[in-house]
Amino acid sequence: MNLEPLIILLAEDDPDDRDLAIEALAESGTNHQLQTVADGEELLEYLRREKRYAPPAYAPHPALVLLDMNMPRMNGREALTIMKADPALRRIPVVVLSTSRSAGDVVSSYDLGANAYIGKPVTFPELVNVLGTLGAHWLKTVVLAPH
Amino acid sequence: MTLEPMTILMAEDDPDDRALARDALHECGPAFELRTVCDGEELLEYLRHEGRYASPAEAPYPTVVLLDMNMPRMDGREVLAEMKADEALRRIPIVVLSTSQATEDVIRSYDLGASGYIGKPNTFVGLVNVFYALEQWLAVVTQAPPWLTNMRSVTDGLAPSSEFARLPRGPLAGAQK
Repeated sequence: MNLEPLIILLAEDDPDDRDLAIEALAESGTNHQLQTVADGEELLEYLRREKRYAPPAYAPHPALVLLDMNMPRMNGREALTIMKADPALRRIPVVVLSTSRSAGDVVSSYDLGANAYIGKPVTFPELVNVLGTLGAHWLKTVVLAPH
Repeated sequence: MTLEPMTILMAEDDPDDRALARDALHECGPAFELRTVCDGEELLEYLRHEGRYASPAEAPYPTVVLLDMNMPRMDGREVLAEMKADEALRRIPIVVLSTSQATEDVIRSYDLGASGYIGKPNTFVGLVNVFYALEQWLAVVTQAPPWLTNMRSVTDGLAPSSEFARLPRGPLAGAQK
């Protein structure tokens, strides 16, 4: 079992939400490392090591992607579609983290190949709980595809 | 988060393993209801309400499918590919539960669209721990609602329906007035 800290790549356009996630992950007691990108285009640049992410040290391979749905330039749905159609990227688990609770958004995320869909918590303690559970699931319970 | 028990649908050909899973889930309390099928073909019959699963009461919609890899008739890989190619079934999360720790099995499962891959524990306590962890995880995850059986119109958002698309539009429609 691999107990190295995981690298979680968060795609989220709101800087406040990014900071909150970093704090919540630290608070959850896991030592996973959070990398952040601001939209779907930057997410793909990171995963494909393009532009500023060309040096591998700038873009360590993520164990999973946490994906916001509403982002400028390229939104979560488009990025998810591209990732799951790309043989080099599709095995990276994608967990959608969205404020939307609409059944249509949930179903279309699963249909596009999301590994899970989580309603974005509204309070900080809930976010801590969600990120702690998420870390435990992908680090301890599940075997990830090696890269 | 739902208060109804989550239905775990386990596809497993070994009767001992099925019995062990039943006992292990019992240890986790009332959060889960376990349903079992013996191979990939029976799994598809269950999900498509065919044969002995024609009655919905006999085949409640699963929260998650736990999939063994090595089964007779139709193995885990085949049924995983088939489910993910089927619009009506692809949204059901599939977690592979396999004794194999071979890298190629893990990679292939994710490539075929598995939501997760769990190494099958070889002790009862290990299995209880896996189910308990799975319960924690599923409690924070939002599932696709089973009552939406055909999502095409909803997932396409405001895309015109086929009827709307057939309405005359553009210069030609204007000229008819």
